[in-house]
Amino acid sequence: MQLFYMSEVTTAPALTAKDFATDQEVRWCPGCGDYSILAQVQKVMPTLGIPKENIVIVSGIGCSSRFPYYMNTYGMHSIHGRATAIASGLKAARPELSVWVVTGDGDSLSIGGNHTIHLLRRNFDINILMFNNQIYGLTKGQYSPTSEQKKITKSTPMGSIDHPFNPLALAMGADATFVARSMDRDPKHLQEMLLRSQQHKGASFLEIYQNCNIFNDGAFEVFTEKSSKADETLFLTHGEPLVFGANKDKGVKLDGFNPVIVDLNEGHSKDDLWVHNEKDFYKAQILVRMFDDPRIAGHLPRPFGVFYETERACYEDVLQLQIDEAIGTKGVGNLDKLLRGNEVWEII
Amino acid sequence: MTRTQEVLQDVVIKFAGDSGDGMQLTGSQFTNNTALMGIDLATFPDFPAEIRAPQGTLAGVSGYQLRFSSDSVFTPGDECDVLVAMNAAALKANLKSIKKGGKIIVNTDGFDAKNLRLANYPEGVNPLENDSLSNYTVIKMDVTKMTREALSDITMGMKEKDRAKNMFVLGFLYWMYNRDMENTISFLKEKFGKKPDILESNIRVLRAGYNYGDTTETFTTTYKVEKAKMESGVYRSIMGNQAVSYGLIAAAQKSGLQMFLGSYPITPASDILHELSRHKAFGIKTFQAEDEIAAITSAIGAAYGGALGVTTSSGPGIALKGEAMGLAVMLEIPLVIVNIQRGGPSTGLPTKTEQSDLMQAYYGRNGECPMPVISASTPADCFDAVYEAVRIAVQHMTPVMFLSDGYIANGAEPWRFPKSEDLPAITVNFKKGLDEGEEKLQPYKRDEKLVRPWAIPGTPGLEHRIGGLEKQDGTGNISYDADNHQHMVKTRQAKVDNIADYIPLQKLDSGTATGKVLVVGWGSTYGAIKSACTELQAQGKSVAHAHLRYIRPFPKNLGEILKSYDTVLVPEINNGQLIRILRDEFFVDAKGYNKIKGVPITKGELIEEIGNYL
Repeated sequence: MQLFYMSEVTTAPALTAKDFATDQEVRWCPGCGDYSILAQVQKVMPTLGIPKENIVIVSGIGCSSRFPYYMNTYGMHSIHGRATAIASGLKAARPELSVWVVTGDGDSLSIGGNHTIHLLRRNFDINILMFNNQIYGLTKGQYSPTSEQKKITKSTPMGSIDHPFNPLALAMGADATFVARSMDRDPKHLQEMLLRSQQHKGASFLEIYQNCNIFNDGAFEVFTEKSSKADETLFLTHGEPLVFGANKDKGVKLDGFNPVIVDLNEGHSKDDLWVHNEKDFYKAQILVRMFDDPRIAGHLPRPFGVFYETERACYEDVLQLQIDEAIGTKGVGNLDKLLRGNEVWEII
Repeated sequence: MTRTQEVLQDVVIKFAGDSGDGMQLTGSQFTNNTALMGIDLATFPDFPAEIRAPQGTLAGVSGYQLRFSSDSVFTPGDECDVLVAMNAAALKANLKSIKKGGKIIVNTDGFDAKNLRLANYPEGVNPLENDSLSNYTVIKMDVTKMTREALSDITMGMKEKDRAKNMFVLGFLYWMYNRDMENTISFLKEKFGKKPDILESNIRVLRAGYNYGDTTETFTTTYKVEKAKMESGVYRSIMGNQAVSYGLIAAAQKSGLQMFLGSYPITPASDILHELSRHKAFGIKTFQAEDEIAAITSAIGAAYGGALGVTTSSGPGIALKGEAMGLAVMLEIPLVIVNIQRGGPSTGLPTKTEQSDLMQAYYGRNGECPMPVISASTPADCFDAVYEAVRIAVQHMTPVMFLSDGYIANGAEPWRFPKSEDLPAITVNFKKGLDEGEEKLQPYKRDEKLVRPWAIPGTPGLEHRIGGLEKQDGTGNISYDADNHQHMVKTRQAKVDNIADYIPLQKLDSGTATGKVLVVGWGSTYGAIKSACTELQAQGKSVAHAHLRYIRPFPKNLGEILKSYDTVLVPEINNGQLIRILRDEFFVDAKGYNKIKGVPITKGELIEEIGNYL
C-alpha cells in the first residue's frame, strides 16, 4: 500500500494546503483550538503524496466532527460515536484508501468508546485524531469522560463525581499499535505527529489537547503557555533521555517501576535518565500513566510525542488474504455451482 | 412373513426429544432424504432458547416437524400422523398435536421414573402403562438399550454411545418409509470424517435401526409416498437463511459489487453470518462487529466506499440500528438491512416466530424517515425477495429493510433453483467524473427517479462530503433553511414512493378478482393462507388470496384490489400491524386475525376464521 502511494507521488501534481480547503465557511467559535488543528492537517496533507481523492475523513458528532466539511477530500459527517465503526467498514472494503477519523473526547470515549477500542485491537490502518477538550462543547458545556473530577459544569453543579479516562492508557489497554499525544498550540509538533500517524501502518491513536475557549478555557494552559510549558511538559524523542524544564536541567528516571524527577544540576547526569524507546511496550505503559494533575505539588510533567509504536498485521489485509487463500484453494466462486449444491433431484 | 406396502399421499412426522437428543439433525436428515426422493415437503423446527435446557423437562423439548406429500405442500401440517418421542416430556409436550389414530414411536428408556417425574407426571403414572394412549398406535422401542447393544464391541464411553441413539430412530423411519440411507451416510462421513469412532458408531446405529424394522416381525407395514407432481426442473432443498445468503451472493455477483456484511450474532439471524463467512471465494467480506450499531455502521462505511453493504439481525438488534438506518436514509446510500423476526418485545421469545417488527420496519426511526420494506413468504422465496431488496437499494440509492422470520429462516422446502444467467440484471453506475458544465460534484443532484449519484472515494474530481445533517438539495451543503427542509422531507418520501413504478403489480395468489373475502397476508403466513384458500375454493367458496412482497411502497394496484371484495381479512402473527397500515393507506375496513403464540397460524384455524365472513 505504501508503495502504491509512492508511485502516485511521481505522477500527481504537487498540492498545497489550499487544495485541501473547501468553499464552506468554517464555523467554529472564534479562538477555538480546532482552527489550528485544521490548519496543520491542511499543511501536512499535501506532503503525504496521497492523491486527495484517495483520502477519506470520517467524523461523528461534536464540534470537532465538523472537520470533514472543511477538507476538500472525500468525507462523512456521521452520527455520534460511530465514525470509528464507519471507518472500519470503509477500510475493510477499500484498503487502498487513506482513512482518517476525526473525533472528540465525548464522541470517541463515551458514546463511541466501544468502537474505538475495537478498532484499535483490530488494527485497521486508520488514523484517529482525537481532539480532547475535556468538555462537551456542542451541547454547551457538560462534563466529558476526560473532565477532571470535581469539575463544575452545567450537569455537575456540585462537581463531577466521575473518575476521568486516561485516553492513552485506554488505547494501550486496547493494544493500539501507535499511541501519541500532541496539542493545538504547538503547530510544529502537531504536524510532526500527524505525519507520524500517517506513516504508521496500523491504527494510530493521536490525542490532541484542544482548547475550548467557551466552555473549558485554559484546560491545558499549563502545558501550552510559554511561562509554564517547559516545566510542565516532557517532549519525547526516540532514543533520547527524558529531559525537560526551561533550562533542560530536569529529567525523569525510573526508580523500580516508578518514574521520578531528578535535578540534573544536583548529582544526576543524563546517563541516569530513562531513555525513551517507542518500541518498549512495558515502559510505554508507565509513560502513559504519567498523568498527574498539574495542580498537585510534586507532580510529574505531562509527556507529548509518540509513546509507543509497534507492528501488527492489519485487519483489512488479513481479511483480503483469507479471500485470496480461499480463491487459491477453491478457485473463484461459481454461482451456479453454489445454487445447485451437492444434492439435487429432477422432476420431469 | 408377509409384509404390505401402503401408499400414502400425505404424512406429517414430528421428531421430539431433549434439546441434546439431536432431533434437529434427525429431522433435517429425514427432510433431505425426502427431498431427494422428489417428494414435496415443508418443515417446522421448534426448539428452546437454551442450548441445553434442564434435561428431561418440558422446557427442554426440541421438536422438528416435517410434512411430505405427493401433492403440493405449503405448510408443515396442523396435526401429526407420527410422533417420535424420545422421552416422557417430549410425549407430554406434543400429545395434543397428534391426530387421533396416529402413531407414537417412543423410546421406552425415556420413560423411567426420573423422566416421568421431570415431565411432571404424577407419582406412579406412566402413560405407556395406562390407557391414556388408547387412541393411538404406540410403538415401543428401547432405543437406548438397542443403541448400546449395536455398539457393544466398540470402546467408547456410555455417554458417547448414547449420543448416537437419534440415528437408531432415523434408521427405523428410513425402513418404515422405504428409504435409501446413502445421503445420511455420506453426510455423516463429511461431518465425522476426522473422528472415525463417532462416524463408525453413528453409521452402525443407523443401520441397526433400519434392520430392527426389517427383521422384527412386529412391524408388518411399510409406507411409501410417491413423487410429487411439481413443475419440471432440477430441485434442491433449501432453508430460509441459506436462501437469504445465496440471494445476497447472487445479487453481488450480478451487480459486480463487492459484498460487505457487518453483523453481530443474534438468534435466529446468525446462520446468515455463518453461511456468508463460508463463501470467501466469492470475494465476500464478512465482519463480526463488536455490536449491532457497529454492524450497520461498518456496512454504511463500506457502502460509501462502493460495496454492497449488508447487515443482518433480528428485532432487538434492529432497534439498536435505528439511528444508523436514519443516517443511511439521509446519506441516500444503498444498504440492505435483514431482519429475521422473532417473538418480542425486548428479548422476548428468541427461538419462536413472530411478525411483530413490521411497524418497527415501517416507522421505527426518528424523523420523517421512509425506507422500502420487502418481505419473504417462504424459505425459497427468501432468495428472490432479498435479490429484489438489493436491486431496489442499489438502483434507488436507499437503505432497504428485508423481513423474514424464525419460521422461514429455519424451515426447509424444495427449491427449483435458477440459473445465474436467468437472474435479472442489477446495473450499477458509479459516477465516473463531473458532468459537462459541472464545476464540482453535486452529490444530491437527482435523476428522473429522484436518485442521487453514487460517487465513491478514489474517483478524482468527485471529492465531496455527506452527512447526517439536513442538506441543501443538489449541492449537499448543510442547510437549516426552512423551505429546503420541507422540500427534502417531501423529496425523500417521493423517492421511496416512486419505487412503486419499478416493482410489479400485485397479483392474486389464488381466487377471482372480485368476491366475498380477500385474505391479505405477508411473510410466513403464506403457506397456511394458501392452503386454507385453495381448500375453500375447491368447495366453491368465494375466497381470494393476495400475498405481499412489497410492503413499502405498496404495489400501485393494491388499493383497487382491496376494494373489490366484501371483506378483507388480514391474518398476522402479531397484534395487528399490516392491517393498521392498510387501513391508514386505503381507508379499508379490514378485519384482523391475530395469533401471537410464537408458532405459525394453521390452515384449520384459518378455514374456520374465513368461514365467519362467508
